[in-house]
Amino acid sequence: MIDQEIVAQKRAAQLAKRHRAESRFKWFGRLSIGFGLLCVLFLFTDIISKGIGAFTQTYINIEIPFDEEKLGLTPQSTEAEIKAASFGSFFKKTLREQNPEVTGRKDKRSLYALFTSDAPLILRDMVLADPSIIGTTQTVSMIADDDFDTYYKHSYGRDLPEDKVIGRINDFQVSMLNKFVDAGVVEKRFNTIFFSNADSREPELAGIKGAIMGSILTLFVTLILSFPIAVATAIYLEEFAPKNKFTDFIEVNINNLAAVPSVIFGLLGLAVFINFFGMPRSVPLVGGFVLTLMTLPTIIISSRAAIKAVPPSIRDAALGMGASKVQTVLHHVLPLAMPGMLTGTIIGMAQALGETAPLLMIGMVAFIVDTPASITDSATVLPVQIFLWSDSPERAFVEKTSAAIMVLLGFLIFMNSMAVWLRKRLERRW
Amino acid sequence: MKKLVYGLVAAATVANISVASARDTISIVGSSTVYPFATVVAERFGKSSDFKAPKVESTGSGGGLKLFCKGVGEANPDITNASRRIKSSEFEKCQKNGVTDIIEVLIGYDGIVLANAKGVEPMALTRKDIYLALAKMIPGPDGKLIDNPNKTWKDVNAALPATKIEVLGPPPTSGTRDAFAELALEGGARQIEDIAKLRKLEADNKDEIAALVKKLGAESAWAAAVKKKGEKAKGKDVVKIIGRSVREDGAYIEAGENDNLIVNKLVANPSALGIFGFSFLDQNSDKVQGSVIDGQAPTFDAIAGGEYKVSRPLYFYVKKAHIGVVPGIQEYLNTFVSEDVIGPDGYLIDKGLIPLGDEQYEEMSSSAKALKNLAL
Repeated sequence: MIDQEIVAQKRAAQLAKRHRAESRFKWFGRLSIGFGLLCVLFLFTDIISKGIGAFTQTYINIEIPFDEEKLGLTPQSTEAEIKAASFGSFFKKTLREQNPEVTGRKDKRSLYALFTSDAPLILRDMVLADPSIIGTTQTVSMIADDDFDTYYKHSYGRDLPEDKVIGRINDFQVSMLNKFVDAGVVEKRFNTIFFSNADSREPELAGIKGAIMGSILTLFVTLILSFPIAVATAIYLEEFAPKNKFTDFIEVNINNLAAVPSVIFGLLGLAVFINFFGMPRSVPLVGGFVLTLMTLPTIIISSRAAIKAVPPSIRDAALGMGASKVQTVLHHVLPLAMPGMLTGTIIGMAQALGETAPLLMIGMVAFIVDTPASITDSATVLPVQIFLWSDSPERAFVEKTSAAIMVLLGFLIFMNSMAVWLRKRLERRW
Repeated sequence: MKKLVYGLVAAATVANISVASARDTISIVGSSTVYPFATVVAERFGKSSDFKAPKVESTGSGGGLKLFCKGVGEANPDITNASRRIKSSEFEKCQKNGVTDIIEVLIGYDGIVLANAKGVEPMALTRKDIYLALAKMIPGPDGKLIDNPNKTWKDVNAALPATKIEVLGPPPTSGTRDAFAELALEGGARQIEDIAKLRKLEADNKDEIAALVKKLGAESAWAAAVKKKGEKAKGKDVVKIIGRSVREDGAYIEAGENDNLIVNKLVANPSALGIFGFSFLDQNSDKVQGSVIDGQAPTFDAIAGGEYKVSRPLYFYVKKAHIGVVPGIQEYLNTFVSEDVIGPDGYLIDKGLIPLGDEQYEEMSSSAKALKNLAL
């Protein structure tokens, strides 16, 4: 009797101990997840709070009289004449006339500096697009300079201590801003420039179109090369290759390549494609080749896993009905393995989209103003654009950097959820 | 399977076309210090002329010259930027690879500043203070070189505050670091009597060099100089080694090539100093302030006038053989040296470039426009 009680007590104690261990273990898990979520939350709030400002842009509406005499142009002027006209001094003169109280060289310069340095080009392009506006007065929404824009968005009208004010703007410029605001000509609008322009050294004109096009072209090359090669490799290794030391050796190497740091592929690309084959630097074609080398192992491994998951009974049935080996693979195994292969490909592409290090080696870290149109035009990609902006001295690039990170994260989340969706939708359980 | 083969054939054809087609964009490589200036010119050049905007890569001065000197032909860059003058060894390499005709363009100056966060007292230093605070070897109480023992600025100079020496700066691959070591550290070392004497000694004065080296206890530096220069080693080479080595015990913190990062770290740590180019100070003047060096604050006028001692020239080099082959090089060159760009009121000046003096500008722009060859 006593023995039994002791045993029961011991068991109860043991059980309680095991339960405690279990709940401890659960809590460790919850803590890790909580910590991870906290980090993600911190990252997102930091990036979003810094970058949200980049999606609005300040404009100043000004009346521009396109005077025939001052421009030396008529509505009948040819394109060459318009291009030769001096819009720079015309714009400055117009500003001086509209603000006659501004005297002194320094103040005048400060006044011009409120507007983007591209103002003359914007006016020129307006006239080029429609020469009949010469002789009329037009209201032009002029892009504000980055310093002015930053100040207006983040510091204007807020009673901030001096060291918290951002945007380099002097007292004269603040007084001009007050004048403009009182006249009701300053407005904030959604920043379409950010999506319609390529890179620029003026933050107010800089956009991500060039980088996005570069990324699309590079990923296109990567996809058309890596997908067929990887799928063919996976099929051969899984379905046709004999199992011997040599194929084992290949398998070890493929797994090994998947773990090689990406910058090594960049060095390889520099040595082989640029130095040996003499391909040009900084083009999406070479970038795509290099990223193909990098994503191949990822896609091969996931494709092989997908082929392995197709049950042998399918193959046996096909062979039993008289199909050849190739027919079995192409008609039965491949369609069934395709969702898994596509998922692997999308994940590989998402990896390639976020890659900078190998592109550094082949000259895709460059300042490029023109949006690339083909795979042999000089181009840069989205993560490289982020890197370049983060290193620019102008303050307004800080918010552009965060905004570009938001766009990149958006693409990555989209691609990864596509992969999850595809897997859920198409994958068959046996 | 068929699709796969077609895909590969298509890719191969595209690759061939790209190699055969001619380049119509100017390719520029080189210094990360000149990069913010060259990109502005490139962008405006592309917008205002009929040529495409040049492509600018930031590879560092040394990396740029290496690519530039690789040879003639459109696979190689047309222009390289540099935050120092081309070295004679690099020039020889260029010559050997067929890049014989090079045009040198001096575009202006850049000051290097030692800055701290705004809100704390700005530092007033001399170059000698900087040497004593940051060099690896400094003269000890008996005049012999010892490992730098200074922990606080007060140890360096009794007039300075007793804060810990903490300086954030670029890594050895950076041109800014090279220039800082040369101008500030070595400049400070030269104010120490024995080192100044040693610097003046030529290679044939072996005995005197040996005596001074012994007095300074700088045998290892002398051995390094001999190893590098052989018989031709002179006092100057030893001073270079003593003056330009930066301490590695944690007082100098390598912060990477990203100057924005240094600015942010300074704001977070008000007792630290940071090293970067004047344009960054100019753009971030609401966050950081430059230290006074040798009685001069790093202002635009003091750097342009030469009173602020830690400043360096900025250059770019043009491959003459490419003019007329790649369209727009001559026009880009002419644009860059025009008054509108690098003259006293030019737009690069608004971006933080320090302009040349009038005479220097006249001489440089006329020889650049005449495409005068560089001879070293």
